[in-house]
Amino acid sequence: MVRYLLRRFGLILVTLFFASVIIFLISEIIPGDVAQVILGQNATPDTLAALRERLGLMNPPQVRFLKWIGGVLTGHLGESLSMQGVQISDLIVHRGLNSLFLATASTIVLVPVSLILGVIAGLNAEKWADSVISTLSLIAISLPEFISGTFLMLVFSVWLGWLPAASSIDPEKSLFSQIHMLILPIVTVSLVLLGYVARMVRASVIEASRSPYARTAVLKGLPPILVTGRHILRNALLPAVTIIAMNIGWLFGGIIIVESVFGFPGLGSLVLFAIQQRDLPLIEDVVLMMAGAYLVLNLLADIVYAALNPRIRY
Amino acid sequence: MGTMNTVPDAECRDEEESKFRRLLGAAGRSLAGFAEGTRRISASHAALISLIILLFWLLMALVGGLIAPYDPNHQNIMERFQSPSLHHLCGTDRFGRDVFSRIVIGSHTVFLLAASSTLLSLVVGSLVGLVSGYVGGVLDELIMRFTDILMSFPMLLFAMLMLGIMGPSFIGVVVVIAIVFFPRIARVVRSVVLELKTKEFVEAAKVRGEGGLYIMIVEIFPNTLGPLGVEAAVRFGYAIFTSASLGFLGLGVQPPTPDWGMMMSDAQAYVTTAPWMAIFPALAIASLTVSVNFLADAIRKLGDGDL
Repeated sequence: MVRYLLRRFGLILVTLFFASVIIFLISEIIPGDVAQVILGQNATPDTLAALRERLGLMNPPQVRFLKWIGGVLTGHLGESLSMQGVQISDLIVHRGLNSLFLATASTIVLVPVSLILGVIAGLNAEKWADSVISTLSLIAISLPEFISGTFLMLVFSVWLGWLPAASSIDPEKSLFSQIHMLILPIVTVSLVLLGYVARMVRASVIEASRSPYARTAVLKGLPPILVTGRHILRNALLPAVTIIAMNIGWLFGGIIIVESVFGFPGLGSLVLFAIQQRDLPLIEDVVLMMAGAYLVLNLLADIVYAALNPRIRY
Repeated sequence: MGTMNTVPDAECRDEEESKFRRLLGAAGRSLAGFAEGTRRISASHAALISLIILLFWLLMALVGGLIAPYDPNHQNIMERFQSPSLHHLCGTDRFGRDVFSRIVIGSHTVFLLAASSTLLSLVVGSLVGLVSGYVGGVLDELIMRFTDILMSFPMLLFAMLMLGIMGPSFIGVVVVIAIVFFPRIARVVRSVVLELKTKEFVEAAKVRGEGGLYIMIVEIFPNTLGPLGVEAAVRFGYAIFTSASLGFLGLGVQPPTPDWGMMMSDAQAYVTTAPWMAIFPALAIASLTVSVNFLADAIRKLGDGDL
């Protein structure tokens, strides 16, 4: 296990290195004149020169790359270009914690709900409960987050008026005390994965109930509830954990979209803001941080899976 | 010796002919399979409705210009934020543009974007998968590690970075989606190739003296069409999903071209005052993505023999 973890961790570092190279290539090498890209076509030579000075663009690319990576490793990310006097590292920590809260809350919602729905559908395969759950979960998978978010907003904020349409979070208070603003974003983030996991759980419950060991259990006269509990569910839930672990990354894309639908102050809306403002240093740092968080999240999911599965020994 | 000279010629011609016949046979079989598949998909209600919705939007995409009652970009300050009526079936937006016309014309962009990005990723993915699986060895290892790295990057973030820096454009969206999708297609194709490359018919072709390119394209590739078809249907759905999301983030096709995703982000600020601006494009996107997914599901079940 320790060797496996070390190997995986090494792999993450390698991937992160490649990610940083890709980010640097896309943002500073491919566009050509970085200062021109940031300031646009109407920039005067003076402002261009000033920006080049400020970003150290006269240095060769490899020096700029190493400076950037050095800054990231030591935590000196510098100031944002578009927001005067704002430290990028403060911004990332603050927004990152908000996004983490959103992601965690969504996972807490989606795991039990999708397991229960999947099990109900699987045990009642081809009956009405299954048809309803299967159809709804396929619809949930199909809807882009900005569509399901808008529908939820229209129903629960505009029409019923139960929940706020925008997450105007007060940074002075804890997120828990403002949870009513987070309900719609949390549900929206969860929907796609919820549908997906429910379908997968259904499939593995059906597979387990058709297996030879389930039939043996029935034939030896075990009461149905024991067959279901001991033989079918225990074997069916493990693949479900794998599915959740493998797709936890989907939350990332979802969170980016949902944050901009509801105006939630997280990393996703930050990266979009940075792109709109052409705030290059901020773009590079946030994207690298998100790539790193994504990789670590996937590793954690794998560890949980390994811990739950006695058949896996590294 | 004279006969020896003619025989290889004849054989050669025979061979050319049989190659042609084999290709024709493969095409005929896939056509018959397609017809049978269509019949069976139509037998399932959900899939039939989905097919009708998909064909409806396809028709809109093709002849929308004839159906749209207004110029989708015609601005009319006197008719801003009109609620749905007989004049404006889906209301008007903040510039007084007809939402219905914009949806109808916008369907063209949706299909063009999703189809071209799916096609590009299929072509690149199949090529990479064929070569990687057939050649094997170090090349295979390198290609697989490269696709691993591509796949371990959150895809929407990658797309946002590319389009945000280089400036959003139609070609940009197509290329970015293809970059994100092709590794998965390459894996599907590669796994079929690995399974087949030790089979007798491939060995036989090698003994006949066929080149690698011929074997890959004529002997192996037709066998990947089944899994590839399922993958293509799923990818087409994701392509609509992803391009609409990029449009929503303002990183898709740029104004004045009407784009469903962009219409949704324009509508965000007016959700309470002019909800029709959001409702109708949302229904359009939802109907299309849901029906494509139901069809992809039906095609997958068809492949598994469940339908």
